Amino acid sequence: MIEFSTRTAESGVAIIEPKGRLNMVAAPRLRELIESTVEAGATRIVIDLSATDFIDSSGLGALISGLKCTRQAGGDLRIAQPNAQIETVLSLTNLNRVLKAYASAEGAFSAQ
Amino acid sequence: MKPDLTRRIIALRVLILIAALLGLNYIIWRWMFSVAWPAWYIAVPLVIAETYSLIDSLLFGLTMWRLRRRGEPPPPPPDATVDVFITTYNEPLELVLRTAEAAQRIRYPHTTWILDDGARPDLAAAAEARGIRYLVRASGWTNKPRHAKAGNLSNALMQTDGEFILILDADQVPKPEILDRTLGYFEDERMALVQTPQYFVNVPEGDPLGSQAPLFYGPIQEGKDGWNAAYFCGSNAVLRREALMQLGVTGYVKAVETDIRRALRAAAKVIDKARADLDGASPQSRAALDTVRSAVRTAQNDLRDGRAFAEVTYDFQQQVDAAAREVVDADVLSMRADLEAIAELSDLADDREAGAEFVLDETAHGLLTQREWSPLGAIESVRAIIRAVDVGREAEAQPMLPISTISVTEDMATCMRMHAQGWRSAFHNEILAHGLAPEDLKTMLTQRLRWAQGTVQVMLRENPLVQRGLSAAQRLMYWATMWSYLAGFAAVIYIAAPVLYLTFGIMPVQAWSVDFFIRLIPFLLVNQLMFFVVSRGTPTWRGQQYNLALFPVWIKACYTAFRNVYFNKPLDFAVTPKTRQDSQGRQWYLVRYQLLAMVILVLAALVGIVNLATGLISPLGFWVNIVWIVFDLAILSVVIQALRMNRQQEGAA
Repeated sequence: MIEFSTRTAESGVAIIEPKGRLNMVAAPRLRELIESTVEAGATRIVIDLSATDFIDSSGLGALISGLKCTRQAGGDLRIAQPNAQIETVLSLTNLNRVLKAYASAEGAFSAQ
Repeated sequence: MKPDLTRRIIALRVLILIAALLGLNYIIWRWMFSVAWPAWYIAVPLVIAETYSLIDSLLFGLTMWRLRRRGEPPPPPPDATVDVFITTYNEPLELVLRTAEAAQRIRYPHTTWILDDGARPDLAAAAEARGIRYLVRASGWTNKPRHAKAGNLSNALMQTDGEFILILDADQVPKPEILDRTLGYFEDERMALVQTPQYFVNVPEGDPLGSQAPLFYGPIQEGKDGWNAAYFCGSNAVLRREALMQLGVTGYVKAVETDIRRALRAAAKVIDKARADLDGASPQSRAALDTVRSAVRTAQNDLRDGRAFAEVTYDFQQQVDAAAREVVDADVLSMRADLEAIAELSDLADDREAGAEFVLDETAHGLLTQREWSPLGAIESVRAIIRAVDVGREAEAQPMLPISTISVTEDMATCMRMHAQGWRSAFHNEILAHGLAPEDLKTMLTQRLRWAQGTVQVMLRENPLVQRGLSAAQRLMYWATMWSYLAGFAAVIYIAAPVLYLTFGIMPVQAWSVDFFIRLIPFLLVNQLMFFVVSRGTPTWRGQQYNLALFPVWIKACYTAFRNVYFNKPLDFAVTPKTRQDSQGRQWYLVRYQLLAMVILVLAALVGIVNLATGLISPLGFWVNIVWIVFDLAILSVVIQALRMNRQQEGAA
């Protein structure tokens, strides 16, 4: 099972942390969570993957939808701290060519 | 996993080898020694048509080389989650509901969904009353290309979460055991697709419309399966969601890259033009344009250096926004005029025709680069381009389209992409759904035309021979299907050659000699024997007939698909008739070319008799060509049977 925790950094960036397996069952929930976060006014979002054990292509799909959603609202979505399995999936699907993984969730929007 | 080398397979391979050698022996001799060059205008087309047919039969032999009968399937896993998708657009409600109710009765635990692209409220109500889930397109699809069934499935994939997907056309009634018999194959973690046959229950005696495809849903799919190239045929197949979603993600990345590069090129043009036209502009405007121009250059360099697209576009947008803010005060007057033009432009983007995936930018970019932009207008228009092709893929309803949209049929290209990513497929040869075939000639012809168009589109857009990730055999297996749709051109030549001989005495070959027959006849015999052996008694003659008899359809498919791919023209296929009334009396018109060919063949035979009497042609040549004509007529006669069936049904109705 998966759990999501959400916090807001000092800079106003929303950080969503999926804990567990981000798979086809969890993906729609993450998508909805991102959408509601954007609706609530936080358009800059970091998905903190440090506690995510596993991601599949549906999970990646949720990241893509989230990216589109935040961009449409004038913001951005970034990812941080993927584990080795996630890195592998990102490069297998070439999604790492679109999304860069940042070293920390807090620094994702400041590190340029 | 090699198929077992049973005695049957060995015998079959010997036959395939003999047929191939005899065929090569014949065609080499034809090219080297028997082309009648003085009559090159028919001699060369004929030898080319024969070469085409030989390649077709070599590809068939290759397909049969690893014929694989899977037999009893592995048991299904205990806890797989499955979504059953029933796709519908305009089929009668009773038909859809009968399939949906049968889907509910499938034994293995699953969720049944009706994907109604017609968004019919009464179907929604009927589904709800039966406890069947019901889906229509999400709101994001408004004013976006709909991509027909591919779009319908892609939409549903984003709203459901089963591990496996059983796809059924609205008229394919599944048996309760369909999942128990297919899920077991997914034990193999790389298995992405299990296809089962399409079988039709409403086909009259003799199958006059050639609906059953016993050769395809038998030896051909089993042969392709042996090469790990069993195809997805759009219905009666189980797919692994992960494979489809992975296609969606990789396809998304590719599309984003194309979009961004194209947008940056267009933006650079707009700015260069605006800078060249700077007359009396404020210094702020000039500086802003310079800033944006350098941002474009930076973005292009960043892409070249492999920076992530999201970062590149985000930085670029930030810089353009900042530059635009700086000049906001400088040029208010011209801004107004320009904004109007931009508004017009975005209207244009909204109007785009559904399905025309690639046209996005051609018109818009053309307009943008042509117009005389004031500096601020130029910046605004760059922002407009960037918005339209951001990493969100604004032109599409969904950033991710797991089902391929490059052709009017979604199945083959999707399957080819899965194979290219290293996924496996299986063909399970057991009838697990009962379907309804077209009942009249017009519907049948429309259906065949669309299949052919779809296949030719894939061949032209994603030629399997050059797809990375496919094995050589897989490339040839895909190519074989596409190659078979070129048969229309060969058929015309096979009809023209005997006519030319009998009427004008024009010889396409040097002589109707012993040399000729001793090479041709054994090849034809062994080839037919091969068909006989692989089909194990199932009738395949009907299918062979339609391969040649539908020559006008195949030619039209090639021609329209070519125009569509290279000149962006619509495919203009005939609309399937909803009622029978317009069919009365005019059905012959649908097969006018075939009927014309038959008349010409018969007339040529009569003229041939006269020419034989006057000595223009030799008795041997006469008989050879008469046999040839009889064969052509036997092939074409299938359309007469189809016409007669229509008339009988009309009489009965």
